[in-house]
Amino acid sequence: MENSITHTEHRDDTASKMGMWLFIFTELLLFGGLFIVYSVYRSKYTADFHVAANQLNTFIGTVNTVILLVSSMTVAMSVTALRTGNKGLTLKLLATTIFFAFLFLVNKYFEWGLKFEHHLYPGSELMLTLKRGELLFFGLYFFMTGLHALHIIVGMILLIVIYRKIQTGRITKDDNVLLENGGLYWHLVDLIWIFLFPLLYLIS
Amino acid sequence: MEISAIENSYLKHGTKYKGILGWLTSTDHKRIGLMYMYAIMIFFLVGGLLGGLMRLELFRPGQDYITAQTYNAVFTVHGVIMIFLVVIPGLAAVFGNILMPIMIGARDVAFPKLNLFSFYIYIFGAILAISSQFLGKGAPDTGWTFYAPYSTDTNTNVVAAVLAAFVLGFSSILTGLNFIVTIHRMRAPGMTWFKMPLFPWSLYATAWIQLLATPIVGITLLMIIAERWFKIGFFDPNLGGDPILFQHLFWIYSHPAVYIMILPAMGVITEIIPTFSQKRVFGYKAIVFSSVAIAAVGYLVWGHHMYTAGMSVTARWFFSLLTFIVAVPSAIKVFNWISTMYKGSINLQPPFFFTMAFIFNFMIGGLTGLVLGSLATDIHVHDTAFVVAHFHYIIFGGMGFAFLAAIHYWFPKIYGRMYNNKLANTSCALIFGGFTLLYFPQFIIGLQGMPRRYFDYLPKYEWGQVFSFFGAIVLGIGILIMLINLFKSARKGKIASSNPWGGKTLEWTIASPPTVENFEEIPIITEGPYEYK
Ligand code: HEM
Ligand SMILES: [Cu+2]
Repeated sequence: MENSITHTEHRDDTASKMGMWLFIFTELLLFGGLFIVYSVYRSKYTADFHVAANQLNTFIGTVNTVILLVSSMTVAMSVTALRTGNKGLTLKLLATTIFFAFLFLVNKYFEWGLKFEHHLYPGSELMLTLKRGELLFFGLYFFMTGLHALHIIVGMILLIVIYRKIQTGRITKDDNVLLENGGLYWHLVDLIWIFLFPLLYLIS
Repeated sequence: MEISAIENSYLKHGTKYKGILGWLTSTDHKRIGLMYMYAIMIFFLVGGLLGGLMRLELFRPGQDYITAQTYNAVFTVHGVIMIFLVVIPGLAAVFGNILMPIMIGARDVAFPKLNLFSFYIYIFGAILAISSQFLGKGAPDTGWTFYAPYSTDTNTNVVAAVLAAFVLGFSSILTGLNFIVTIHRMRAPGMTWFKMPLFPWSLYATAWIQLLATPIVGITLLMIIAERWFKIGFFDPNLGGDPILFQHLFWIYSHPAVYIMILPAMGVITEIIPTFSQKRVFGYKAIVFSSVAIAAVGYLVWGHHMYTAGMSVTARWFFSLLTFIVAVPSAIKVFNWISTMYKGSINLQPPFFFTMAFIFNFMIGGLTGLVLGSLATDIHVHDTAFVVAHFHYIIFGGMGFAFLAAIHYWFPKIYGRMYNNKLANTSCALIFGGFTLLYFPQFIIGLQGMPRRYFDYLPKYEWGQVFSFFGAIVLGIGILIMLINLFKSARKGKIASSNPWGGKTLEWTIASPPTVENFEEIPIITEGPYEYK
């Protein structure tokens, strides 16, 4: 409302955080729909899911899990750093988080790339010859990790914006709710991955 | 001297910009609400014209004016516009925005910028929905329900329409989120939860449904798009998928969505009846808890749309039982409304007439809902004109009439002027009469077997379609008269006082129209909202 003469400035950090929590809740439900589809087809095609899951690269998956967990830690640390007023450290920690996010995407790129090289992608001829359950598994794999990657990108952009705002002094020690909300969102992205990883890579 | 109220109001003072830009950039909840209202009115007229086109085609059996394919496109677009652009945002985005902050004693919603942002998302979704008509290979022809596998196979422009529904859902979520936080954080000092007026209460329950149900349809719609673009197979039996699963996911949202439409309508009615009976609302807490109960149980009944689609007997039995249970809180509200009127000093004004029409229609809609909710009878009437009549009675006869009641109730507050009572009553009578003539015969021919979504029919249903056609004309004339009355009065009507109906809620304690800040000083609340003497 910077430019308007309409309203008295109104700031309520609790409200902002509450809004963020509610939004996070809707994001979880968005993936919840996919979890329903996953469980329906998993119970219908147990054996196929088993075969298909074994073809995922657990190593890259594990590396990405570690990356996200660490990035969640660095973003939490950056919030604490800002609270203590250490702007330099906050920025460094945020930059680390953004770097990890980028790393995650690079890994994902190679992981998907490998699948594409083997002609395993939605709609490919090879896919259509697979057993139905395997096809659905890979469909779910691409859809879920794709949607998750999209969230990583959104989270990254959000963190970059926040980084700029801290640099230019629009987020400060006393007015840090935006950073907290950015951190919350990043934890959400992490949390969803913590569900996806075992569902897709581990249980079989 | 009173005219200065208008000069000082939000209508004349906005942002630093003048004219239309001052509206488009305003984060004032009242301006945003009004922008929603104008947008929704336009979409309603477009959707209504499409409805009229269908009635024209159905006037006689056989093909007369449009082809079967066009007919399919017309009912799809009619449904998409009416459901996603008109009734789902409807009351919450318009009157929720304009009045809810005032009724809880706040200066605005919790996130005014987000509020404006939701409006633009809404407009973006609307543009997508409308453009789905013209872009690509022909208008979508799946019905507003987008059932797979047809929606994943047809080569009409389904993706744009589905995307539009997704985007509009996002706008709906953000509005809901905004309202929840506003109601939690911004109630005036002293306004405990149970001193809050009942319209904000109904919006609160609605907002939770918006938040909890919309993401499910969001993801489902994305799956449809993935299905079309990438052959992902979730709903395609050839690829191992299951089309029934789509129906489940769709109705998990879309049944609760019908409560997104009707709960705020019930809230409006609950505000109007005490004012025009000059009596405290009967059973305040029962109304609150029935709103919450509807929101909660409404999640668990989606299966009643799928009795004939292939579900186990146990599941059908269970959904039927739950459907009956969810009707109970709705009935409780009707009893509360009637009891509020009992021994009140009734003031027969236009908003009250619209309210009476609402109760009448809502009862017919609700009771026929029970006919549909019981297993055996639904097998007979599923996918017939009976269902069409049922939901039009609830959505138009209920939510639509509540919308009109709300306009006539809050008009003096919003514009600071009064409309012509006689014209308002005439339009109410015409709209109610036309509506009845239009939809009641559909119950009967539906029972006789007239299928829904057909552009042709056996001669034995002709009488009903003819009645409906003339009903539609009367309805159209009524709406036209009402619009003329309201538009003229908004600019030239008699100046209204700040409390023309003798209402007790907070919006009637401030100027008509309100100033930008609503309250010079935030009021301190000491008693309940309906303390009539
Ligand atoms: C008293 C509570 C209600 C009950 C028991 C009820 C029951 C039902 C049932 C069982 C059906 C499915 C009929 C079939 O397809 O064979 C149905 C359809 C429908 N109902 Fe209701 N209903 C109720 C209230 C509402 C409300 C409040 C709304 C909207 C505001 C609504 C809107 C609809 C719509 C849009 C459909 C048709 C959906 C479609 O297939 O396109 N109903 N109702
Ligand atoms: Cu339903």
